[in-house]
Amino acid sequence: MEKKKLVLGVIGADVHAVGNKILYHAFTEAGFDVTNLGVMVSQEEFIAAAIETAADAIIVSSLYGHGELDCRGMREKCDESGLEGILMYVGGNIVVGKQPFEDVEKRFKAMGFDRVYGPGTAPETAIEALREDLGK
Amino acid sequence: MENILLIDYGSTFTKVVAVDASESKLLGFASAYTTVDTDVCEGLNSALGELEKQTGKIDFHKRMACSSAAGGLRMVVCGLVPELTAKAATLASMGAGAKIVGLYSYELIEEDITEIAAKKPDILLLTGGTDGGNKKCILHNAEVLAGIPADFPIIVAGNRSTKHDIMQILKNRRTYLCDNVMPSVETLNIEPVKQLIRDIFLERIIHAKGLTDEVTMPTPAAVLAATELLASDIGDLMAIDVGGATTDIYSIADGAPNKSGVIYKGLPEPYAKRTVEGDIGMRYSVHGIVEAAGASKIAKLSELTKEQVTRQVQYLSEHTDSLPTSNEQKALDFALAAMAIETATLRHAGTLEEIFTTSGRALVQTGKDLTEVKTIVMTGGALLKTDKQKELATHALYSDMQPQSLRPMKVNLLIDKYYILAAMGLLCGYAPTTALEILKANMTKG
Repeated sequence: MEKKKLVLGVIGADVHAVGNKILYHAFTEAGFDVTNLGVMVSQEEFIAAAIETAADAIIVSSLYGHGELDCRGMREKCDESGLEGILMYVGGNIVVGKQPFEDVEKRFKAMGFDRVYGPGTAPETAIEALREDLGK
Repeated sequence: MENILLIDYGSTFTKVVAVDASESKLLGFASAYTTVDTDVCEGLNSALGELEKQTGKIDFHKRMACSSAAGGLRMVVCGLVPELTAKAATLASMGAGAKIVGLYSYELIEEDITEIAAKKPDILLLTGGTDGGNKKCILHNAEVLAGIPADFPIIVAGNRSTKHDIMQILKNRRTYLCDNVMPSVETLNIEPVKQLIRDIFLERIIHAKGLTDEVTMPTPAAVLAATELLASDIGDLMAIDVGGATTDIYSIADGAPNKSGVIYKGLPEPYAKRTVEGDIGMRYSVHGIVEAAGASKIAKLSELTKEQVTRQVQYLSEHTDSLPTSNEQKALDFALAAMAIETATLRHAGTLEEIFTTSGRALVQTGKDLTEVKTIVMTGGALLKTDKQKELATHALYSDMQPQSLRPMKVNLLIDKYYILAAMGLLCGYAPTTALEILKANMTKG
């Protein structure tokens, strides 16, 4: 069976590279074909890479608290670019300060993300969810 | 004695260079008007006549030629995303010495097909999708191209998973398969396409254009070969060729970030990179220089009034064969060349952007870092006829006004005063050591 394709990166003016590398290895190890865009990735770069690779999912990390600003409008841009319905996950320290995770999750889901993960989530959690969502 | 004749069929001039390969000696050079519309041999014979006036009769053991006559190598390029496969395809085509007459991203539509058919390119390069990636776009484009009412070869260098289907779709056309120009996101693989373009050029385009068998490559490919040869000896360099219709910039340098902590973004660029600015030239494309630089900047540099600039520029665009005679015209040509160089090098070189993040300052580089390049080679009529090359070259350098542009900081200037760069690029395929020796001996320091 063909491997499922992921586009991975850290969004916005965020230079946290370590978690990104861990995720890249974890997803690759789990059998996914991962295009890793690294750090400081714009919405447009995620979308361009997803188009060229015909990705099955876009995995957005954000570690510096500005995730909510950086992710806004991304689902709409995907729709406009012909990536309607593409699976989108977001995870990390995606908001500023301590906020109840349920509220955060709700806001990101309203923005069009299919799965939302808070700090300290193990890669396995996302891998399991990907297998479920991508029917693998 | 091994006398070799090197010919460059240009769009206006046919240039000949005679060398003695066994002695690594330049014997002479001459030029005459190109006569591609009648018989290219006429122009060549008058250039040879000129040459023999200098050197006396020479028996040549070998003749080699390159050509940019009859429109050069005209290509249409199709990709998927503009910044990814379409850009990779552009870099490959330019590196092979082509002139891009049409660039298309995403799915082609009916109007595009009509446009492409009217353009009658020499080759169409069809790309799109990483290996195993997007298939839909390139398959769609192959479908619509299958029925195009024009006869040109198509190179397919996209997603390898589509090759079989595309060969079926395009089975009634002359189609060439090649490795993907961008096998995965942000991986560039342009050498196979460059080689294939060269092969097709040799195999069929030369004859289609009424050129002779001696032509082995497009002129820009020869210039690129010469600059690579020179760089193998003297290190990283940049070459500038300002022509009447276009401005070409070549950089032979790795261009990777040279400071720690710099993050590279976007498609990596090739070690030997050529860009062509089709809207920047001294005559046919003179309006493009004014649009890019602004009439007031040109007025300031040439010390003419804005009205004089506007009027003269209009005149030049209508009289493309006019050479500057008055001081006013010379001053204007200087300013135009300076701005052509500035615009084209700004577009060629990479950029460094400073971004403030929560973890401090971050530097993001896109494109090539040419700040450490130590040599600039100047060629082309506009740059060889003036005596202000040094001043012109400063417009190719790093400037505090454009601090984000990664252009060379401090350079030595080499001037291709005898116009032998393309000829030595030709010779380099046959006798590289000789070509290098002649190049080094016959370029003057500016």
